[in-house]
Amino acid sequence: MVNQTKQKKTSWIALLCVAALLLLVIILENLSAWTGVKGILAPTSQLFTVLKKAAVYSLVAVSMNLLNGFTGLFSLGQAGFMLLGAYTYAILTVPAAAKDQVYYLYGGSAIRYSVIDLLGKLFGSSGAGGAVSLILGVLIALICAGLVAALFAWLIGLPVLRLKSDYLAIATLGFAEILRAIFQWQRLGPVTNGANMIKQFPTFTSFNIKNAAGREVLRLSTFVPFLVAAACIFIIVLLINSSYGRAFKAIRDDEIAAEAMGINLFRHKQLAFVISSFFAGVGGALFAMYVANAQAKVYTSTMTYEILLIVVLGGIGSISGSCIATFLYVAASEWWLRFLDVETVLGNGFKVPLLRNGFRMVVFSVIIMIVVLFFRQGIMGDKELPDLLRRRGRQSKSAAAEETEGGHG
Amino acid sequence: MAEKNERNVLHVENVTMQFGGVVAVNNLSIDVKEHQIVALIGPNGAGKTTAFNCITGVYHPTNGLVEFLDQPIVCAHPTGKMKKAYKGEEPEKYVHRHELNPTPDQITRLGIARTFQNIRLWKSITVFENVLLAKHMRAKQNVFSATFRGNAREERRMREETMALLEEQGLDRFRDELATSLPYGLQRRLEIARALATDPTLLLLDEPAAGMNPQETQELAEFIRQTREKYNLTVFLIEHHMDLVMRISDYIYVIDFGSEIARGVRRDVQANQKVIDAYLGVAEDE
Repeated sequence: MVNQTKQKKTSWIALLCVAALLLLVIILENLSAWTGVKGILAPTSQLFTVLKKAAVYSLVAVSMNLLNGFTGLFSLGQAGFMLLGAYTYAILTVPAAAKDQVYYLYGGSAIRYSVIDLLGKLFGSSGAGGAVSLILGVLIALICAGLVAALFAWLIGLPVLRLKSDYLAIATLGFAEILRAIFQWQRLGPVTNGANMIKQFPTFTSFNIKNAAGREVLRLSTFVPFLVAAACIFIIVLLINSSYGRAFKAIRDDEIAAEAMGINLFRHKQLAFVISSFFAGVGGALFAMYVANAQAKVYTSTMTYEILLIVVLGGIGSISGSCIATFLYVAASEWWLRFLDVETVLGNGFKVPLLRNGFRMVVFSVIIMIVVLFFRQGIMGDKELPDLLRRRGRQSKSAAAEETEGGHG
Repeated sequence: MAEKNERNVLHVENVTMQFGGVVAVNNLSIDVKEHQIVALIGPNGAGKTTAFNCITGVYHPTNGLVEFLDQPIVCAHPTGKMKKAYKGEEPEKYVHRHELNPTPDQITRLGIARTFQNIRLWKSITVFENVLLAKHMRAKQNVFSATFRGNAREERRMREETMALLEEQGLDRFRDELATSLPYGLQRRLEIARALATDPTLLLLDEPAAGMNPQETQELAEFIRQTREKYNLTVFLIEHHMDLVMRISDYIYVIDFGSEIARGVRRDVQANQKVIDAYLGVAEDE
């Protein structure tokens, strides 16, 4: 069928673009080591912080878009599922040797093993074997993080998904807040380390390849979050373009018609909720890797709102919109507007007015308001990048055809 | 009735729907025989759509029984507060029967497809996808095989069937258009195509001629008849265009204020004084 082959071609092109992007990230990260150029490309530069955080956030934003944008379920539990993912990952990967130190307030952890240590026994814990057990261990921990979040989503979904619109949002928000309180509970200390942070688990920098002398040969600390996020987003895109994705959109467009055409509403909503939470859990684990600790008090509703804002800015129902908006949002809030927070005195002794700590957020809010006013549907609306390119191609083609016709006439 | 030995496709028995103190459908009993086109008519607000909703699982009736191909699909009796408030007939008849309260998707799965009075197409997906999606429920895929494209053969078959259906309905030209960008008459036709894609035995049409001019109505009558022949369907429709009803129906039920006032073949109904009264009453409003 024509449609299908066209779709296949588009997805191959998209896949190539993603591969190119990943390669670019590796090159960008190692350019300073290879050429000696410092400044913006230095490993400590803001650029890489922003890239890492944006990669993590883009996954969470896309997972939220799957639920809010494609299925039409207004859920605000994302931070809660991220928290579940972050803790699952952290608990599973803190090395056994470091447990006493991390859990010193509780006299060691209740969970005596870590996935990576167990794999280390299998493959050896140094050299290539160590690398294999690290990669496999982190992968298993990431998947477990997703599965735990998905399990909780399934349980929560049983009562909560019978609610609609605002009520669903309130219920999921409440769930996230309850989780945050439970994870800070002293009694759970031996598992969650109470209100203290869990540290010393493998982070993105653990993936930098070092030689025998301990010098970094190849930096991969930005590549890893990109790779994981890209793989997850790719799976979400596949899902959205499948029969189930179409069913989700049908539920969003018209629930009554969807039900009348034999789509089991509850089962499909449950499915979207569980899948979205799975990827939010993976995103939470990545976030823990990014900040190098897991601490319940970070995963507040503010975090959910931040992600919701990204989804709205990018366009509800657009995956590429969410990705683009994430990078712009994170770069603007963490990097480009930083100078507004610093009191600046120009060369001629002129003190720039208004610049002081906190002014950045004022400007940022104004920018967001302007964007929302001018892009009512978000940056991308419900279109994807390939859609825009195709539309343009078709227009120019038809314009060309008209011109030639006109010429003959 | 002339065709007594034919099988009942739909059998509605004593169905009553009461909302609070208002009886929207009162003790309605309907039989739809195989391969018939049966119409349910009545003035505005007579309870026709409510009756439809009771059959398709959108509403759970207060009392009564619905059977499809001799299997009970909906069964209810007054419970709770409704026990005292119930104003209809036969409150005891179904008390000892197993209560059946299906959701609309279960009904559709059994082979009853419907259209809506105010067209309900999915507006953000294309014409092709609208019809394709109606095949979703019969597919054997699960979410993993669908995501990782393990269902390629099934997906291809569904796409081919959808394309064939669109061609038969003359909608293949609009394949990639958004469903809501079609002209009104074609949207109606698309909704029927979508219902056909669920592979139904019984097709329920809710005011298919609403908003159509006499010319379009005539075409629609022909279309419904052809569709019945081609897909070997039984059709049960709601309408208040007498014109369409008289043209195609094999049997007609007339209701007013929720209760049946007449039933019979065209000529009987047309001559019935109660029907004339009911319709002349609303003729002033039109």
